[in-house]
Amino acid sequence: MGMTFNELKKNLKKDFSFFKQLKLVLLGDSATQFLAQSIRGAGYEVRLDIRIFEADFNQVERQIFDFNSELYSFQPNVTVIFESGHILLQKYFRQDEKLRASFADDQLYRITDMVEVIQQHLKTNVVFFNYAEEDDKVFGNFANKVEESFIYQQRKLNYSLSEYATRNSDFHIFDLSSVQNKIGRDLLFAPAIYVNSEMVLSLDALPLIARSLVQMIGAFEGKIRKCLILDLDNTVWGGIIGDDGLEKIQIGNFGIGKAFTELQCWIKKLQQRGIIICVCSKNNEQAAMAPFEKHPDMVLRMNDISVFVANWDNKADNIRQIKEILNIGFDSMVFLDDNPMERNLVRQYFPDINVPELPNDPADYLDYLYSLNLFETASYSSEDAKRTAQYQKESERTKFKASFVNENDFLKNLDMFSDVQPFNEFSIPRVAQLSQRSNQFNLRTVRYTEGEVRRIAGSENYATLSFTLEDKYGDNGLICAIILEKHPQQELFIESWFMSCRVLKRSMENFVLNMVVEYAITNSYKTVVGEYIPTEKNALVKDHYSNLGFVEDSGLWRLDMANWKPLECFIKQK
Amino acid sequence: MKDRIEIIGILNEIFEDIIDEGPVYLLENSTSKDIEGWDSLTNIQIVVGIEKHFNIRFTSEEIISWNNVGEMIDCILNKNTNQ
Repeated sequence: MGMTFNELKKNLKKDFSFFKQLKLVLLGDSATQFLAQSIRGAGYEVRLDIRIFEADFNQVERQIFDFNSELYSFQPNVTVIFESGHILLQKYFRQDEKLRASFADDQLYRITDMVEVIQQHLKTNVVFFNYAEEDDKVFGNFANKVEESFIYQQRKLNYSLSEYATRNSDFHIFDLSSVQNKIGRDLLFAPAIYVNSEMVLSLDALPLIARSLVQMIGAFEGKIRKCLILDLDNTVWGGIIGDDGLEKIQIGNFGIGKAFTELQCWIKKLQQRGIIICVCSKNNEQAAMAPFEKHPDMVLRMNDISVFVANWDNKADNIRQIKEILNIGFDSMVFLDDNPMERNLVRQYFPDINVPELPNDPADYLDYLYSLNLFETASYSSEDAKRTAQYQKESERTKFKASFVNENDFLKNLDMFSDVQPFNEFSIPRVAQLSQRSNQFNLRTVRYTEGEVRRIAGSENYATLSFTLEDKYGDNGLICAIILEKHPQQELFIESWFMSCRVLKRSMENFVLNMVVEYAITNSYKTVVGEYIPTEKNALVKDHYSNLGFVEDSGLWRLDMANWKPLECFIKQK
Repeated sequence: MKDRIEIIGILNEIFEDIIDEGPVYLLENSTSKDIEGWDSLTNIQIVVGIEKHFNIRFTSEEIISWNNVGEMIDCILNKNTNQ
């Protein structure tokens, strides 16, 4: 955090050999050497080995429209296009005066044409920098009333790009305009450097840009945060509930209370987006819950919280308990606490948890948290919003389970049903998202974008299955996906099998295999072949195929369809 | 006001930090040909590094006018007396 360009550059000499590799092509219409160095250096900080091909200055169009170019031979996972607002202004100047009112439309057409040509020929996420605003002040403030003014057209173009991005799932906007809003134009752009070097980003701005871009790229690779754990006293409200009592805590419309209310609104929005909100507080449980239940000015309520832990135990133990209930990695958690001692304790026990160094003044909390961009994501679906309820149901199931001695009796009494379907327009976004989010129950950890899932779903060479799971407590939604590649010699290869850890130990694995084999037998396949590719996080499924009766054969797992018998499970097909 | 010896010492540290290839020995008549790793890219970092350290701002013309380290120092001293 807060690294300088020179520090990022020094990262380039460090050892990347244990990091996940990915390839990136950087196309720019200004000199981009420093940007490329910053991206690779910032990748080191999040354990990504980003191999960069940097096209020569001002080769954007040649790289894209010449299919023999390095862009296509390099086969990047991510293609970054950085066109500067400065050059855009020059293009605007060269546009016929009478046509300036349609400048944004013309540019959008040019850009989307480039993007679509890339996407037709490459399996890549395209990241396009939107334009940092450059107000030439030719019309002054009046420009806002003049359609052909540059600032009017530039803002329109930025807006149109976002609108286009909502329709093109593998096209993403890097919000350079937002970076400039935060740091200011005078810091983003250094004219004397530009004049001598054709570089349009200052050395001060580069680390901020690279960090944010790498967060985006990390999200494509499944590096996302899913859970926010909150301390209460002086973090979520002002004062100490145990000492001050319900009436005296600070929250609401007055003074510092506003800061806490606005922080709670932000947390509520995260919860609505699908971030899991938990509480971990040193308090008596009843006292800690009282504001959530009774205080009229609280924004957060008990039903926004997935796991509520308030006791006098060590916070490290409590966080470990929260992790066990949620079944997610420490690296997908953020912990907010005003107390530096607690923060350090948590950092010491769990270095992978992100623990923001909250400022002393609660009035500064929110802007500081914005600046960290903690919850970058590569996808969003309406399913996300249901997550809080799903985890709350999980704790109800845990209580129900305690009333059965026998695990199978418990499973039988859950009344589980699964809807099994080939991928379709409704499930495709959710499948892509599940591929990006699933780390533990993921046999080969292939990450798919929406566009890739759509291509696979439409391809003759593949068969696909998606699974939902509902039970007497509610619907978990889509929780498992299978991608089967049709191989010669009547073999069916399981290219991907990933499943949400929410449904572990529910006999789902057996049910899924039964469905796969049913497909294989119906379509005259003789063998189903699986593969386990180990990662830092998927040891959970190390013995998955052997548990299901597959036999190992030179690194792959094979299941013979002859003499195969369905496995026991407690799930019925819907 | 700092003297030339002091300034060359500071420049030496800035060069070493940015070029990051071991010790650098700057002399008043050193040019980019004499100092390994001092190229057009690192020069940009060096210029910004000097600006930050001395809290000055070079003009774009000044940046391209220097023929050697001594002329950089002239320019820094000039700024410091004027500001």
